[in-house]
Amino acid sequence: MNAPSVKFDVEPLLRVSDLTKWYGHVLGCRDVSFELRPGEVLGVVGESGSGKTTLLNCISGKLQPSSGTVEFDTYRFGLKDIYSLSEPDRRRMQREEWGFVHQNPRDGLRMRVSGGANVAEPLMYLGQRHYGKMRRATIEWLDRVELDTRRIDDKPRNFSGGMQQRIQVARNLIHGPRLVFMDEPTGGLDVSVQARLLDLLRELVRDLNLAVIIVTHDMAVARLMADRLMVMKGGQVVETGLTDQVLDDPQHPYSQLLVSSVLQI
Amino acid sequence: MSALSPPSIVVEDLAKTFVLHNADSATIPVFQNLRLEVRPGECVVLSGESGVGKSTLMRSIFGNYLPTSGGVRVMHDGAYVDITSAAPHEVLEVRRRTLGYVSQFLRVIPRIPTLQLVMEPLLENGVEEAAARERAVELLKALRLPEPHWELPPATFSGGEQQRVNIARSFIRKYPVLLLDEPTASLDAENRAIVVRLIKAALAEGAAMIGIFHDEDVRDAVATRLFPVSQFKAAA
Repeated sequence: MNAPSVKFDVEPLLRVSDLTKWYGHVLGCRDVSFELRPGEVLGVVGESGSGKTTLLNCISGKLQPSSGTVEFDTYRFGLKDIYSLSEPDRRRMQREEWGFVHQNPRDGLRMRVSGGANVAEPLMYLGQRHYGKMRRATIEWLDRVELDTRRIDDKPRNFSGGMQQRIQVARNLIHGPRLVFMDEPTGGLDVSVQARLLDLLRELVRDLNLAVIIVTHDMAVARLMADRLMVMKGGQVVETGLTDQVLDDPQHPYSQLLVSSVLQI
Repeated sequence: MSALSPPSIVVEDLAKTFVLHNADSATIPVFQNLRLEVRPGECVVLSGESGVGKSTLMRSIFGNYLPTSGGVRVMHDGAYVDITSAAPHEVLEVRRRTLGYVSQFLRVIPRIPTLQLVMEPLLENGVEEAAARERAVELLKALRLPEPHWELPPATFSGGEQQRVNIARSFIRKYPVLLLDEPTASLDAENRAIVVRLIKAALAEGAAMIGIFHDEDVRDAVATRLFPVSQFKAAA
């Protein structure tokens, strides 16, 4: 279970260099560089419009950056700029090696097929055809995300928001990815449901030694999930560091504002 | 032992000034040119009145605060790592295996049962589940935390109970370097005595410690020397 965390000498899984995205002459994000190692959880924080989502979309292969590179240590080709791969190769790599958990489960699930089918689908994409095996794996994953396995054939719309989100998590982990992107994964949920999902995510991330990039505007989520943080403002990274250092001793004026604006309970 | 071994912690010319950008860039100088070495078997107790920077120094050594200048070298696997300049994943690795921190507050994930929390530092270092459980039970018993509590998350526990969970988590493995930030603040006399025994046992095995203790009995029992932080007070 508890996989050992990051080692000193491990090669990066992901290397982002000088990433910039312009929408016409509106800036999305600018000159972002960082590395991520296996098992490392990077939180990207900042207010709406700070460029967090643009950055996440560029890194996750959804949005071609204006300049800069996104290199990932692929199984098939080694460390490679994902935008230098052919479209089919990139899609295949994304399906095999990545997961993406959206804020709104409707963006990450197919609402017309059952919850179980949603979870099993990534296995089909990877060429599994044995129905019994896929069903067993699906049941195992529904159980792992604490869903009632008897509801495997219910449609997503018949589940609550928190349950839908757990289906989405199972769907994005069942194929054994090494890197998972999360965009405000608890954003639309009630606080109690949110805490439960965060606990679950945290356990899974540790047990599977996943590398994660999690975008959030919620500092409590950042503290709970991330090993280190990147604070963004106006499309640029204004501060990076160990999560507890950035939150307890923020250096940049904007980080200080962000941390001091959190309501205490 | 202490005279022969190289120091486990070397604090060099450390300075810390807080700059509050959103309060007219007010600056709060805390200390400067601070030097401190702690060898295995030593328990250096930071002294001085409240506000002198004891906790700030402790947090700077742990990497929780970012010093303005200077270095904090911690002996990790036979070589020094400078906490103030190491990459985040390196600091986390040093914290996982070498550098323990006992604060007065328990900050943990909701929902996880006490026993599991106490076992965690061992599990993270590759100890088998059964052995980790045995050691956790042993410690929770020694710290007299009622057995019905073990399967509950500590969120609803009293301050003293939470603090004992915290202590159990920090003493379950032998951290070569331990930072103790008032670990006995909300404990009764009997529990304080148990913590003193744990500290002394760890010192005898060569741990290097820096502590803040407001309780004089505890301080007198464990301190090998006092370190007045005020001697490095930064000019305002």
